[in-house]
Amino acid sequence: MFQAQASRLTKESMGEVDIARNLKWRRMKNFMFSVVGLLTLLFAICTLLALFIDLALTGVPRISAEFFTSFPSRFPEKAGILSAWVGSLAVMVVTAFVAIPIGVAAGIYLEEYAPKNFFTKIIELNIINLAGVPSITFGLMALGLFVYKLKFGQSILTAGMTLGLLVLPIVIVTTREAIRTIPNSIREASYGLGASHWQTIQHHVLPYSSGGILTGVIISLSRAIGETAPLITIGALTFIAFLPTAPVSEVFPYVSFQWLSDAFTVMPIQMFNWVSRPQKEFHVNAAATGTVLLIMTLLMNGVAIFIRYRFRRRMKW
Amino acid sequence: MGPQFEIPSTSTTKFNLGVQTDFLRSQVKNLSFSYNPKEKIILKNVSLPIFDKKVTALIGPSGCGKTTLLRCFNRMHDLYNEVSYDGEILLYPESKNILSRDVDPMEVRMRIGMVFQKPNPFPKTIYENVAYGLRVRGIKKKSYMDEKIEVSLQQAGLWTEVKDRLNAQATSLSGGQQQRLCIARALVTDPEILLLDEPTSALDPISTSHIEELIVELKKDVTILIVTHNLHQAARCSDYTAFMYLGDLIEYGPSNLIFTNPSDKRTENYITGRFG
Repeated sequence: MFQAQASRLTKESMGEVDIARNLKWRRMKNFMFSVVGLLTLLFAICTLLALFIDLALTGVPRISAEFFTSFPSRFPEKAGILSAWVGSLAVMVVTAFVAIPIGVAAGIYLEEYAPKNFFTKIIELNIINLAGVPSITFGLMALGLFVYKLKFGQSILTAGMTLGLLVLPIVIVTTREAIRTIPNSIREASYGLGASHWQTIQHHVLPYSSGGILTGVIISLSRAIGETAPLITIGALTFIAFLPTAPVSEVFPYVSFQWLSDAFTVMPIQMFNWVSRPQKEFHVNAAATGTVLLIMTLLMNGVAIFIRYRFRRRMKW
Repeated sequence: MGPQFEIPSTSTTKFNLGVQTDFLRSQVKNLSFSYNPKEKIILKNVSLPIFDKKVTALIGPSGCGKTTLLRCFNRMHDLYNEVSYDGEILLYPESKNILSRDVDPMEVRMRIGMVFQKPNPFPKTIYENVAYGLRVRGIKKKSYMDEKIEVSLQQAGLWTEVKDRLNAQATSLSGGQQQRLCIARALVTDPEILLLDEPTSALDPISTSHIEELIVELKKDVTILIVTHNLHQAARCSDYTAFMYLGDLIEYGPSNLIFTNPSDKRTENYITGRFG
């Protein structure tokens, strides 16, 4: 069969190659890459850590119960973040109500129902692009659409909807990824028993992917809570010494949605305001707000990781 | 009961049936199938009777189209492509062509149950797994469900093992138990035909023999169509065997005849292990 027998790898046939040196050099290269990789990783983490420690060292001594229960003030030692954190909370509620239903529904549609054609390919591409659009662009869009056209005013509703649209692509993409992890065998089992497409989604696809979807939702909210630019664009006030209207009251009809159209501020804007003041004491307040914001974001991400871990363990296929 | 079987006149298929007293449950008539009009044809003009309360085994080398044929029976192909079936699968007693465009695949799947190659229980409790077929149909009466679930778990030979832990996760069961759970899940809705797609290929020998005993037991109540790579399994538990090769149905007949005295050379080569 074979005309020419390849000669075996002997010292003579290999000629110039020095096996010992070759081995040493390859081992060296391998080692060098692991060192370079570790150094870049340490650089990234150390920068972040330095930033956080610096912020925390300045800010933590300022954090007290009063800091959370006081309104902003001209006197830095009396100022607090009450209106800011309540505002952040209210805006997040609206953001969640906008982003979760629309994002999850869109994700389910794209993954389960959308036909695989050119048109849906374009949509998918655009959703990914949308996730990379600078947030201030969303602010401009919201100013034109929600504030001027729809006359929602510079309100919690406008802010929540703006941030909701901003994080919508994240929710859609993570929903799709979560749905895609469900093996086909589970779907076939469901269809095989006579279930409809919607029953399969309702009884299997959604429950089994809810952990992944929830993770995506929390991560998107933790991104939204730190957003500043789009809210400044729609005209969020920086000095607010009152709270939005309470959503529940003792008199009929007990529930009020007045708070949606109230003016607001959020924590990053409060922080921005204090940083731009000349007095050193206000900078301390800003650092304290930054620390609170950072801890909240880290906590939210921690919860997301925990949920994902729990679900991965529970869902065995 | 369906009509008595008459031998269809296809050139590729020779039948050697002897005296016929079994009744038809279903009949495949001149079925050709391909996933895509441009792709190669997977099933070529296949005709096959399925007798009531008998086990029919589909054997043949990998890629011969036996699983494709099985999945036609509950329209599983409809999930993935715009497929078109050429030919008929008639379901008796009303001679309904289940491949017709007018027939809803959901309706077919409610009448014909399927058990898959790999055990695929839902990540829910044992009870909920078996209950699912009933829930899909909108049945809510607890006492009826409890009774039905107990009976089908008994039919699947799993009741004694799980009766004390019906609320345990189904995924905590062993592979063989999971597969019997899947059989119970398919049985709970009284299917007219039970499709088994290599049900033991992922199981150990003991679980396999468990399932084989089960198949022999089950055919008292339900018509079974089984795809298997294990020829001994086909010989042990089937009444009729169909040998397929490259999309053609080469030979069909009572299992004892097929395995002892095949009329086609290719069948003989396959069952004696010369290829496949």
